[in-house]
Amino acid sequence: MEIREKVDVCVVGAGHAGCEAALACARLGLETVIFTVNIDSIALMPCNPNIGGSSKGHLVRELDALGGEMGKVTDRTFIQSKMLNLSKGPAVHSLRAQADKAEYSRAMRKVLENQEGLSIKQAEVCELLWEETGTSPMEGKSTKKVTGVKIFTGAVYECKAVILCTGTYLKARCLCGEAITYTGPNGLMAANYLTGSLAAMGIEMRRFKTGTPARMDRRSLDFSKMEEQFGDERVVPFSFSTDPEEVQISQVSCFLTYTNENTHKIIRDNLDRSPIYAGVIEGTGPRYCPSIEDKVVKFADKERHQVFIEPEGLHTNEMYVGGMSSSLPEDVQLAMYRTVPGLEKCKIVRNAYAIEYDCINPRQLYPTLRFKDIKGLYSAGQLNGSSGYEEAAAQGLIAGINAAMSVLGKEELVLDRSEAYIGVLIDDLVTKDNYEPYRMMTSRAEYRLLLRQDNADLRLREKGYDVGLITQMQYDKIINKKSMIKREIERLKNVKIGASRTNQAFLEKHGSASLKTSVSLAELLCRPELNYQVLEDIDPGRETLPDEVIEQVEIEIKYEGYIERQLRQVEQFKKMEMKRIPEELNYDDVPSLRMEARQKLKAFHPLSVGQASRISGVSPADISVLLVYLGTARS
Amino acid sequence: MLGDLLFQHFLVYIIKVTGNFVILILLMGRGMNTDTIAAIATAPGNAGIGIIRVSGEDAIKIVDVIFRNKNNMRVLKDYKSHTIHYGFIFNGDEMIDEVMVSILKKPGSFTAEDTVEINCHGGMFVLGRILSLVTGHGARLAQPGEFTKRAFLNGRIDLSEAEAVMDIISSQNELALKNSLRQLRGAVSEKIGRLRKGIVYEIAYIESALDDPEHISLAGYPEKLEKRVDEFIRETESLLATADNGRILKEGIKTVIVGKPNAGKSSLLNVLAGEERAIVTDIAGTTRDVLEENINLGGISLLVIDTAGIRSTEDVVERIGVERAKKSLQEADLVVYMVDSTVALDGNDYEIMEMMKDKKCIVLYNKSDLVPVVSLEEVKGRLEKEALVIRTSVKDNTGIGEFEQAVKKLFLEGKISVDGEIMITSLRHKEALKEALESLKLVKRSLTDSLPEDFYAIDLMGAYASLGKITGEEVGEDLVNEIFSKFCMGK
Repeated sequence: MEIREKVDVCVVGAGHAGCEAALACARLGLETVIFTVNIDSIALMPCNPNIGGSSKGHLVRELDALGGEMGKVTDRTFIQSKMLNLSKGPAVHSLRAQADKAEYSRAMRKVLENQEGLSIKQAEVCELLWEETGTSPMEGKSTKKVTGVKIFTGAVYECKAVILCTGTYLKARCLCGEAITYTGPNGLMAANYLTGSLAAMGIEMRRFKTGTPARMDRRSLDFSKMEEQFGDERVVPFSFSTDPEEVQISQVSCFLTYTNENTHKIIRDNLDRSPIYAGVIEGTGPRYCPSIEDKVVKFADKERHQVFIEPEGLHTNEMYVGGMSSSLPEDVQLAMYRTVPGLEKCKIVRNAYAIEYDCINPRQLYPTLRFKDIKGLYSAGQLNGSSGYEEAAAQGLIAGINAAMSVLGKEELVLDRSEAYIGVLIDDLVTKDNYEPYRMMTSRAEYRLLLRQDNADLRLREKGYDVGLITQMQYDKIINKKSMIKREIERLKNVKIGASRTNQAFLEKHGSASLKTSVSLAELLCRPELNYQVLEDIDPGRETLPDEVIEQVEIEIKYEGYIERQLRQVEQFKKMEMKRIPEELNYDDVPSLRMEARQKLKAFHPLSVGQASRISGVSPADISVLLVYLGTARS
Repeated sequence: MLGDLLFQHFLVYIIKVTGNFVILILLMGRGMNTDTIAAIATAPGNAGIGIIRVSGEDAIKIVDVIFRNKNNMRVLKDYKSHTIHYGFIFNGDEMIDEVMVSILKKPGSFTAEDTVEINCHGGMFVLGRILSLVTGHGARLAQPGEFTKRAFLNGRIDLSEAEAVMDIISSQNELALKNSLRQLRGAVSEKIGRLRKGIVYEIAYIESALDDPEHISLAGYPEKLEKRVDEFIRETESLLATADNGRILKEGIKTVIVGKPNAGKSSLLNVLAGEERAIVTDIAGTTRDVLEENINLGGISLLVIDTAGIRSTEDVVERIGVERAKKSLQEADLVVYMVDSTVALDGNDYEIMEMMKDKKCIVLYNKSDLVPVVSLEEVKGRLEKEALVIRTSVKDNTGIGEFEQAVKKLFLEGKISVDGEIMITSLRHKEALKEALESLKLVKRSLTDSLPEDFYAIDLMGAYASLGKITGEEVGEDLVNEIFSKFCMGK
C-alpha cells in the first residue's frame, strides 16, 4: 500500500542549509520532515574544516542573531579560533574557527534529533508534487503550487511547503584525473532524479563545479619544516548566547608551508591530464577558490603559494591541505604534494577531487528565496549557486523562516543590503548575473561599516524576535544593551574636559596633543592614540559597563564621520527599496520602457524599484519611467 | 487658474523638449525628490532671455546666496511666493548679470516644490556661469526630465500626461548619454579610463587583503598608497583644469580664421594659443591643411581653426587644404576674416566675402603697421553694413585685445552661442570630477589620520564611481573581477 504522510514542511537535504531551514520551521511550530540520502552525513563538511573567515564570520553571527544554529554548534565543537583582520578596521574583523568536523556533524544531528516537531528521514527525494494554479505574468509560464514530495520508495509526503537544500548532490560526479565516479561528496550517493522533476516544472538548471584538496595522514607529515599557527589567546564565541568563558579551551595548531618551483613544474607538465584543462569538466568553477593548477597557470609569476595544513578533528589523524585543491590524477597529486616542505613523505588518505553538480539559476527566486511562480517552493544553499557552509546556512535559515511565515500566513522576512551581509548575499544571488559558485566577500557589502560582526545582534535580534526564533529574554537583553550604548555615547559627548594641568599631563603621557580649550570626552576618544580604557584616568564619573557595550560606544564615536556618511547613503537606498512593485504588474503596459529593460524586467519581476535598479540592462531612465508608471497606477 | 497656467507651462515644456534643439535638461536621479536640482529651462540660441530653474528644499536658500536686489541687499528669502524681483547675480563681488528672479513656494509651483526661476540674458555663456554658480552652492544638475518627473510624482500632472512624461525621460536620457560620450575627447576619456584603472587596482588590492588576510598582506602598503593617491589627485586636478577651459569637450565655438595666403592667420592662432602651434613664414601657402586649437578667451572656449589661405592654386596638396578651408568656413559658428592690408583685394577676397555672408564674423584689417595698399574704408565698403572691422597688427600684438573684447561681446549678447548640450555636459563632467577629487582627498585624510586600511577602500570606491559617471560606466562587478584577475586568492 502506498504510504501517504501529511506534514507542514519538507526539507530536502540535511547539509548546512537544510539543518537551519528545518530547525527554523520546527521551532516556529510546524510539523517538519528533513530528508537526507545518508543520515550519517547530516551537517557534513566535505571541504575545509573551518567555519567563518572574512565576511563568512559575519554571516554566522547574523545567523545567530536571527536565531540560527551554526554559531552555537561551532562554539561547542571548535578546536581553534582566530579573529581575522584585527589590525584593520572593526568592520572587517572576522571570526574564523577550525571545527572538529565529526563533532560538528554529531552535535548538529543531536540538535535535530531533539527538536520537537522535526523528524529525520533517510531517503532520496525523487520528485516534487505540484499543481497548476493559473497563468504567470512571466512569459509563457503558469503559476504553480507545490503539494508534496515523493521519495525513491514511492512514499509520498504531502505538505504546504518544500525547501530544496540539495547542495552538490544533484547529478553529482567526482573527478580525480581520469578516474570519474558518479557520486556526491565523500563518495556519498548522488541524487539523480530530482533534476528531471525540477526541469519538468520549468525551472532553469545549470551546472557548477567546485573542488577540494587531499587529506593526509598526520603521522606522515614533518611539521618541523612548517610554521606553526596558533589560535587567539582570548577566544570570542560566535554565538551571542554563548558564555565567553565557555570557549576558552586549549586549542590545536595549524601549520603553514609553501609550494615551490618543483611543485609548479610537475603541475605544468601534467596539465593535459587535468579534466578541467583537458575540457572534460563542463561546469563553471569558482575563481576565488582556484585549484592549484589554476593558480599555477593564472599567476605564473608567483614563485610560491601558501599551503595550510589543518587538523580535521581531535579524534582523527586526517589533515586538510588548504590551498592545494586539485582534480589532477592520483599519481600527479602524490608527486606534486611531495615536493612541498614537510609533505615529502605524505600519505594521502583521501584524494583531492573536483565535483560537478546541478544547481538552479537563482534569478528565478524572490529575495524570500521562494520560486517566483511556484507557491510553497523554496530553495537554499549550493543549489542556488552559492558556495560555502556559511552562505548555505544563512540562506537555509531565511528560506526556513519564509516557508514557515507563508504557511502561517505571516509576513515574510527580507533583509536588504543595508541590514545584513545575508541581505547582500541573497540580493546578489537573486538579482545579479552570476556564472560561478558565489562566495561572500566583504567588498560586496557597500555599507559594510554598518554591517559589522560586532553589532549583528543590535541589527538583527529584533527581527529574529518578530519572527519568533528569539526569546523574550534575549530580546530584552538587546533592548537593554541598546539603551546603555545610547546613554554612554550621550554622556561622553556632554562631559567636557578642561585644559587643566592634570588633563594636559594625562594627554602628554599618551602622546596626545595638549588642549587649548575644553573638549568633550567623545572628541578625545576620536584621537587615534586614545581609547575608552585609558580615558578612565580623566573620567572618574563613569559607571562600569559590559565590554560589549564599551566596544560599541568606542566604534560609534571613533568612526562617527564615516558611519554617518554611510547612514546617509542608506537613507537614499531605502527610499527605492520601499517602493514596491506589484507582483502582477505587466511590463507590456508600461509605455516608453526600452526593449532591453522591458525584457529583463519581465523575466525578472523584481519586488521593489530598488531591486529593479540593480538588474543589469535596466538604466536609471527606465527606473524613472517605471516610477512614473507606478505613480499613475497608484492614482 | 494657477493649474491652467502650470499646465500650459508644461505643454510648452513638452514642445521644447521634443523639439530638436533641446537643451532642457530635465528630470530624475537616483537620489529621489529631496535634493535641490537646477537646469537651464530655455532653448539655446539667440534668445534675449534665458531661464534657470532651481527646484527643491534649498532652492531659495541657494539662490539667496548669489542674488542681490537693486540696493545690493540679500533679501530673497524674505520675498513672498509668486512674486518677481529685479536684481543682480553675483559671484562673490563680481557681478555676473542683471536679472529678474521669481519665487514660487511649495506647493504652488510646477514641481510642487520651492522653485526659483532666474530670468537672465540669453547667451549660453551667462546661463552657463549662473548655472554653475547655483550648482556650486549646493544644487545638483537636473537629469533629463527631472522637473517634469517631480511635478508628476508630486501630483502636479495627471494620468493622461504621464505617458508623454515617460517618453521624454526615455528619449532624453538616451540622447544625453549619446551626446555625453560623443563629446568626450578621445584623449580625455583615455585619461579617465587610465585613472579609473589605477584606482580600481588599489581597491582590489586592499579588498583581497581583507578577504584573504592570510594570503595577502598590507604591511607597508599605506605608504605606497599615499604616493598613488597623490598621483590620482594630481591627475584629477589636471582634468578639472582642462574641464575649466573647455578642452574636455571635443568642440568649443567653431571659430575659423580665413583669408588669403600670408595674411597672418597662423600668426593670429599662435598669439591666441600662446605657443608656436602653426609654422609661420613669409612664404604664402605655408599652411597646407587645417590646424585646430582649443583656446580659452576670457572664459569662452573657442575651437580655432587655422586654414590654408584661400587662393586658386595648382599645387595638389595645397588645393586640398583650400577645399577643406572652405568647408570649415561653412560649418563655422564664427568667422574671422583676415585681410592683408598690403595686398590689393582680388577674386580670392571676394570669394571669401561671398561665403561668409550669412555668418557671424569679425574682420581683421591686418598688417596695419605697414604701408597699406588697400584702405580700411575700401574693405568696409565691400562688406555688409554691420560687419565689424578691427585694425590689427598681429606681429606687434596690436588690436588683439580689441578683437578679444569683440568676441566676448558677441557671446554675452548671445549672438553666437555654444551648443547648449555641450555646455551642460561639460558642467556635468566638472561636477563628477569635483566629486572624485573630494573622495580622493578623503582617502588622503584617512591616510594622514592612520585610519585602518579598509576605510581607504570606501572613498577610493567613491572616486571610482564618480569618474565612471563621465565615461558612462557603472561599477557593477568590476571590483570583484579585478580582485580575481589580479590577486591570487583562497583555499
